[in-house]
Amino acid sequence: MRASTVDLVADTARAAAGRRTMAWTAGGLAAAATVAGGWLAPPDAVQGPAQRLMYLHVPAAWVAYAAFAVVLAASGAYLIGGDLRWDRFARAGAEIGVALTAVAIATGSVWGQLVWGTWWAWDPRLVSTALLLLAYAGYLALRRAVSDRTDARDGDDHRVARPAALVGMAGFLLVPVVHFSVVWWRSLHQQATVFAPQRPPIDSRMALALLLAVAAATLAALCVLLHRVVRLERRLAAGTPRTADRVPARVG
Amino acid sequence: MNRRRTGRTAVVVVLLAAGALLVTSGLRGTLTYYRTPGEVLRDPDAARERVRLGGDVVPGSLRRDGDLVVFRLAEGGQAITVEQRGAPPGTFREGEGAVVEGTLSADGTFRSDHVVVRHGNEYRASTSPVEPVDAR
Repeated sequence: MRASTVDLVADTARAAAGRRTMAWTAGGLAAAATVAGGWLAPPDAVQGPAQRLMYLHVPAAWVAYAAFAVVLAASGAYLIGGDLRWDRFARAGAEIGVALTAVAIATGSVWGQLVWGTWWAWDPRLVSTALLLLAYAGYLALRRAVSDRTDARDGDDHRVARPAALVGMAGFLLVPVVHFSVVWWRSLHQQATVFAPQRPPIDSRMALALLLAVAAATLAALCVLLHRVVRLERRLAAGTPRTADRVPARVG
Repeated sequence: MNRRRTGRTAVVVVLLAAGALLVTSGLRGTLTYYRTPGEVLRDPDAARERVRLGGDVVPGSLRRDGDLVVFRLAEGGQAITVEQRGAPPGTFREGEGAVVEGTLSADGTFRSDHVVVRHGNEYRASTSPVEPVDAR
């Protein structure tokens, strides 16, 4: 995993071709997931067509967890080895995670309005997810604040990377809290289906659509991650002055 | 240098683990989104103030009385009659879970003005004939 990832992040034509292949594969999976989730899978017996939001909501949430796991692993690798490349992976992972957590909250809100009858509830799963979003938005804000204050280039300076790595790892504490919130506390939110200890039934066509959607989202997020790291490195290599560095505030 | 890094990593790991323990043990049991009928019946005075009550809608108990929707919410063998003012969401039905918000009145019925539907983590195909044919 590590060797191939580093390979794919190289700024060479071959690596770029590899990344393009990945992107096309992700696109194909997304198309298959759209067909499966939009038409092939039946509407749910209780929830009706609103349940189709699952094919957006669940992949967004799971890939957000995975992106925060990238932050955790890359921050750990940076703290142990001191290689700033891992710090850039952590930053890209946090950006993706924040964007996808926001998507999960937004789709969940619509789903909640349709099925529960409320846009928002002060329930442990929803509150902990909002905290997770805040924590990693704060992580990104910390990076920006430290690089502004010290005039260090974000992604190429230990003064930014070190505190960021600590905060990034600490933020991951919330991920198991979010995941197990529906088990530990009474919640409006239903329990996990796929990762439940005793797997409750799910229609096989729904499961297939969900699997395709999760695969597509995972691969797409990986593409974005690699692309983002390449772009960060290209920008740092070009030695762009920091003022120019701040203009494209692309997050995610 | 390397040894110092290892030591620092160990400190970070220990701090993270301690933090995780604190967060989970501190929050466990202190957060309750809704109360069960059993809890409300055991401590009716607490339910004189606005609380949330959750349970499953007892099959056969649902009826409409003017603009009131009356049903029983049960969990663990205990049930409370709920008088809900205002229409519940479209997914509300007997046998499914629901959480209502309101107060317990002196006569033992729960007067609620807000109801949300809980659903399980099981997903089954709809068998209703009104669904489009392409849902196979």
